[in-house]
Amino acid sequence: MLTEAIPLANADADRRVAQYAGAKAPLSNGAKAKVTQSGPKDRMAWVSHVEAIRDRKDQAAFAELFGYFAPRVKAFLMKSGASPDLAEECTQEVMATLWRKAHMFDPAKASVSTWIFTVARNRKIDILRKERRPEPEDLPWGPEAEPEQEEVMTLQQESKKLGKAIADLPDKQKDLILKAYYGELSHSEIAEQTGLPLGTIKSRIRLALDRLRRQMK
Amino acid sequence: MPQEIKHHLTDALLMGYSAGTLPEAFNLVVASHVSLCDECRARLAEFDAVGGEIVAMSETAEMSADSLALTLAAISDAPAEEEQAAAPEITGTAVLPRPIREYVGGDVEAVKWRKIGGGVRQAILRTSKNATARLLYIPAGCAVPDHGHAGTELTLVLQGAFRDETDRFGAGDVEVANEDLDHQPVAEDGEDCICLAATDAPLKFNAMIPKLAQPFLRI
Ligand SMILES: [Zn+2]
Repeated sequence: MLTEAIPLANADADRRVAQYAGAKAPLSNGAKAKVTQSGPKDRMAWVSHVEAIRDRKDQAAFAELFGYFAPRVKAFLMKSGASPDLAEECTQEVMATLWRKAHMFDPAKASVSTWIFTVARNRKIDILRKERRPEPEDLPWGPEAEPEQEEVMTLQQESKKLGKAIADLPDKQKDLILKAYYGELSHSEIAEQTGLPLGTIKSRIRLALDRLRRQMK
Repeated sequence: MPQEIKHHLTDALLMGYSAGTLPEAFNLVVASHVSLCDECRARLAEFDAVGGEIVAMSETAEMSADSLALTLAAISDAPAEEEQAAAPEITGTAVLPRPIREYVGGDVEAVKWRKIGGGVRQAILRTSKNATARLLYIPAGCAVPDHGHAGTELTLVLQGAFRDETDRFGAGDVEVANEDLDHQPVAEDGEDCICLAATDAPLKFNAMIPKLAQPFLRI
C-alpha cells in the first residue's frame, strides 16, 4: 500500500517520540521511527476502503484502514496527553466510529486522514477534557449526488501536496505545528508562529461553498 | 448575513479550534463565526487538513494484539447508524447561530438576561471554567464599560453593530482583543446590539462602579 516511506528527522523524531510518549509508552518503531506518507493512489485506495465499508460492510477493507491508522491515532492521542491504556481504548472507539459513520464521509471535501483526525480530535476533547465541543452549523448541502470522481481526485491530490509541504518545512517550524496540534502551545504562542504552507485546500473548499451559495439563491 | 463580514478569526484561533486545544468558550465563538462566514469555514477546513496530514505522517504506537477483534466485536454489537434525519431547524430568522442556540436552549427569546448597569444586559453561558462566554445586550447608543484585558477577549456581533477605538464591527464580525487594547465598545444608533463575548482572564475595568459590579458580572 505504501509507496513512499520518507526516512525523516530520524534521531530527532525518536527524541520527540520518547519525550511526548513518556517513559512508559511502548511505541513501535521506536528505534527506527520514520514517517510514512501515502501517495495519491493510496489516498484513493483509502477512499474506496471507506466506500467498501459503507456499501458492503467490508471487514477486510476495515482491517486495512485499522492497520494503518489505528497506531497513528493512538500515537496522536498519547502525544496529546492520554495514557497508553486510555489512548488504546479511545482509538478503538474512533475506528468503530469510522465504521458507523462511513456514510457521512465526503471524499470531495476531505481526505480519509482528515476525517479520521477530526473524529479523533472530538473524542480527545470528550474524553481528556470532558468538555462539549460546539460545532459550526451544518450547511444545507442537501441530498447530494455521488461526488464527481475528478473532484475527489483533485482534493486527494491536494491533500498529498499539503502533506509533502508540511514534511518539507524546516524542522523548527514543523515542530511548532506538531506542538500546536498536540496541545503543547497556548493560543498566544500559536499566534506568534506563521508561515504554514496553506492555500490549495482552502480554495477547493471555497469553490464548493461558492457553488452551494449560488444554488441556494 | 445582510452585510459583508470584515473582521475574521485569526489563523491562531482557527488552528487552535481545529487542534481542539482552545477553551470551550473560545470554541463557541469560533464555531459561531464559522457558522456565519464561508471564508473562515474554508480556512478551518484547511487547518483540519493539516491535522489530517499530521496524523497520516505520525509515528505509530503499537495497538494491543486483540484491538482489531475487540473493535469489530464492538461494531457488531452496535450496527451502523442510519442516515439521520436533520434536526428540526429554526427557519431563516434566528438571531443566534445554532452553536449558541444549543447553549441557550433556544433563540434570543430564551436568553435569561441580567442587568449589569447602563442599560446593558448579559447572560453567562455554561462552559468549562478556563474561559468565560457570555451574551451581551447593548441598547442602541449605549456603551459597555471601558475595560482592558489580562488575556484575550473575543467579541462576535450577532445583531446590530458597535464601534470602539479600533473600528466598526457589524453582524458576523469578530473582534480579537489582547492585553494591549483598552476599549469602550459603543452600540450604534438604530438597532440594539447583541454580541457573544469570550474571555480567558478577568476583564480590568477602568471605572469605579464597574469594578464594584465585577463580582456580579463573573467575568
Ligand atoms: Zn470569517
